[in-house]
Amino acid sequence: MTGIDEALGALLAMRQELLGILGLSLLVSGAAIVAAMAIGVPAGIFLGLHDFPGRRFLVTVVNTGMGLPPVVVGLVVFLLLARAGPLGGLELLYTPSAMIVAQVIIATPLVVGITLAAVQALDPRVHLQILSLGASRRQYWWKLVQEARLSLVAALAAGFGSIVSEVGAVMMVGGNIKGQTRVMTTAIVLETRQGNFTLAIALGVLLLALALALNWLFTSVQQRSKG
Amino acid sequence: MGFASRLAFALLVLGLPAAPSGAAAGETLILATTTSTQDSGLLDVLLPAFEAEAGIRVKTVAVGSGEALAMGRRGDADALLVHSKTAEDAFMAEGFGALRLDVMYNDFVLVGPGADPAGARGSDALEAFRRIFEAGAAFVSRGDQSGTHRKEQDVWKRADLDPSGKPWYLSAGQGMGETARIASEKRAYTLIDRGTWLALRRTLDLEVVSEGAKDLLNTYRVIVVSPEKHPKTHVEEARRFAEWLVAPETQKRIGEFGREKYGRPLFVPDARK
Repeated sequence: MTGIDEALGALLAMRQELLGILGLSLLVSGAAIVAAMAIGVPAGIFLGLHDFPGRRFLVTVVNTGMGLPPVVVGLVVFLLLARAGPLGGLELLYTPSAMIVAQVIIATPLVVGITLAAVQALDPRVHLQILSLGASRRQYWWKLVQEARLSLVAALAAGFGSIVSEVGAVMMVGGNIKGQTRVMTTAIVLETRQGNFTLAIALGVLLLALALALNWLFTSVQQRSKG
Repeated sequence: MGFASRLAFALLVLGLPAAPSGAAAGETLILATTTSTQDSGLLDVLLPAFEAEAGIRVKTVAVGSGEALAMGRRGDADALLVHSKTAEDAFMAEGFGALRLDVMYNDFVLVGPGADPAGARGSDALEAFRRIFEAGAAFVSRGDQSGTHRKEQDVWKRADLDPSGKPWYLSAGQGMGETARIASEKRAYTLIDRGTWLALRRTLDLEVVSEGAKDLLNTYRVIVVSPEKHPKTHVEEARRFAEWLVAPETQKRIGEFGREKYGRPLFVPDARK
């Protein structure tokens, strides 16, 4: 049990710093998932409802994007935001904003893909039913969101889970700067590299606990609204 | 079961011929060293020459100085090539080392943005650090307890300054290359070893601010692990390796290394005459 005591002790000793790291993880990934949902849900509904030239290509792009390697996203965002890059004047590299941008790019295809699948899986009669009630376009989309809400919660959970646990992109564009851009995953990498396995394990457990708690929350929302 | 019978049993199990021809099979040596000597390519030049001359095979384990010394303590290495004065002193004082010799040094350079907001250019290391501190100019630290990080902390300490917690003091917790990249993008100062600087300077928007001071030297020493605590270490082979490293011929090789590629040597031979 001494290993666990040691881990707890190490955690308590750096509680302040740890809370900052945990808070930044939640802030960055939280902001990113909100943006990804705001972009991804309408895009997914649109792709699910309309047929147009190039749609198949777009869907292929979305499906590919669902498995986008985070380090590639990190590289692209790095090159865009570096001082010599096209957006260098914004001086965003190595800031939480850069990390949010990278995570939005990682999470959005997941949200689009899951929304798209959900809209297409709805009973075709639902569409007719809503439209026959004389719904405006806006009301129609809102109704679809309500019908597909179970899947949208799944999109939220999947998107958030993928970015909060991601390390490659945030390391590249955030820089793992203590007190500024250090998040749970990059802190784990640092502690492991330094041989502080106790602390690394403790951080890992904390990250898992966080994922568990959030998914429990999402699931209870999802399953309640089912009834 | 005695040692001989255990050995015989092991050989039998492994299906090896029971009568290897003396020297060819035996003489090996485990060298624990720092990643910098390995990554710079110096060992790739030195070790084959030693192996050919002495007929001793060298197995290299490249880790940080701290980890290399720990291997020596456990008797897992026969010779160490490290650069961490304080930790080495403790190692020797506790009787883990039979012999320690200076081999070479490389140096660190303080680099920063061309605009030099702290006005530190041309000052010696302590003064430059002082000016950065007073100006509150951005400084990126490795922040990973590496040899370079220790060196940087050491310079702050000598200058009687404590930058930790200051908003302009960024602790990157990454390797030298990434840390330099952050400094370049953030228009910040950073302390970098000469080898990495020479290799990366073309891709960085940074200039040398201070160099050449004694405070920025980094001395590498070879330590022969004492057989007193770990009788099974290959002390004879290790001693031959240590003496070979400080021999005039080898020292000359060290002084030549990197001159062709970077226009100047990466390490300066430093064996006491």
